[in-house]
Amino acid sequence: MQHPAFDEVTVHHHVDDTTFKKKVRNTTILLSIITIAELVIGLVIYNIHKGDSPNELLVLMFKGAVCILTLAKAYYIVSVFMHLGDEIRNMIMTIVVPLLLFVWFIGAFIWDGSSYKNLRNKYDAHYKETTMPHKH
Amino acid sequence: MATTATVQQTKWWNGGKSPFNLEYGKLMMWYFLMSDAFTFGAFLISYGTIRFSQNFWPDPNVVFNAFPGAGHANLPLAFVSVMTFILIISSVTMVLAVHAGHNNNKKEVAKWLVWTIIGGAAFLGCQAWEWHHLITGEHAVLVDGQLGIVGQTTRINPWGDLASSTDITAAIQNTPREILERLAHMGGHGNEGAAPVNYAALPNEALIKLIDFEGLHIRENGPVAFGGYFFGITGFHGFHVFSGVIINIIMLIMTQKDVFARRGHYLMIEKAGLYWHFVDLVWVFVFLCFYLI
Repeated sequence: MQHPAFDEVTVHHHVDDTTFKKKVRNTTILLSIITIAELVIGLVIYNIHKGDSPNELLVLMFKGAVCILTLAKAYYIVSVFMHLGDEIRNMIMTIVVPLLLFVWFIGAFIWDGSSYKNLRNKYDAHYKETTMPHKH
Repeated sequence: MATTATVQQTKWWNGGKSPFNLEYGKLMMWYFLMSDAFTFGAFLISYGTIRFSQNFWPDPNVVFNAFPGAGHANLPLAFVSVMTFILIISSVTMVLAVHAGHNNNKKEVAKWLVWTIIGGAAFLGCQAWEWHHLITGEHAVLVDGQLGIVGQTTRINPWGDLASSTDITAAIQNTPREILERLAHMGGHGNEGAAPVNYAALPNEALIKLIDFEGLHIRENGPVAFGGYFFGITGFHGFHVFSGVIINIIMLIMTQKDVFARRGHYLMIEKAGLYWHFVDLVWVFVFLCFYLI
């Protein structure tokens, strides 16, 4: 006898074992490759920082690349491991659309932080002098 | 495909069935995870705001460069990559447990749950080691015009900018004798050789001459917020891992007691699985924000 909670689900996902194993294996390999790529970029950033005059723009570009790789990793975890990709579209939207708030959330608060820094440096010379990293 | 056709022809909102094709518990788990994502997001964004408001922020590669058993070797990113892989692999074993549940295969479910629990416990062990290493670490710092030896706590951050040699020279005079002796033990010219120098017996002048101030890489104190955010956010994540392990243990016990077999389905494992994958998902972002950038 099936449980009532099982009956309200109309379509059950039944994946055959070979397709499933292939999908999981490919996703695992993909996640590992992305993680290794992130680590390599992390070490590149470390070595740029060690140099005498680090190229700040280059560092920023590498950090941007790591952020994109992380988003790719998050996509695969949510879509394959958590099976969100297999759910019906309306359900996916009730999860994904609210998360769009993060676009504003991240932008606004990062902007706020750097604006605070700039204003303080502008109006408080002592603060700027004592906290700015000095050249060695 | 038969499934696709059914999905398109079904009148989802006619009642009597879940319009999202999900049982109540799983849907609510998704909404809980969404709200939890906002909680973590708020913490991480707050960290970002503070970081962007500072003129100086410690380089993560300088802070996290230790590996258990490797002593003082400089190994940036090494330990945290081990932690990341542990969590990814435990996520994979959870996927396998959920799949075994679809096949109503009790033995396989139990096996993969055990591996997932082991992965979670290993991750927690790594985190405990890392916290312990950070808190009890001994780092030479220049604070308030004198030298000191501190670890990373929520009150002080030892990874500020490198101190200038003029500042260090001035600070030596204000530094207590006991700190000088400890500094000599950390990096002194008398440590090598068959018979190490007995620093305690030396007069101040001779002791100071033997300390390798250059080699100690003495730093100023860094932003205090670093410790609070690091311990706060990794701690909150670690708490999630801990509760995930507990949930998985409960799932294992229920599996072994045939609760799911009698129910006819293993949907509960799916809900625990969603939670476990979410913990992995959050770590991906914690890893990004604290260790990589």
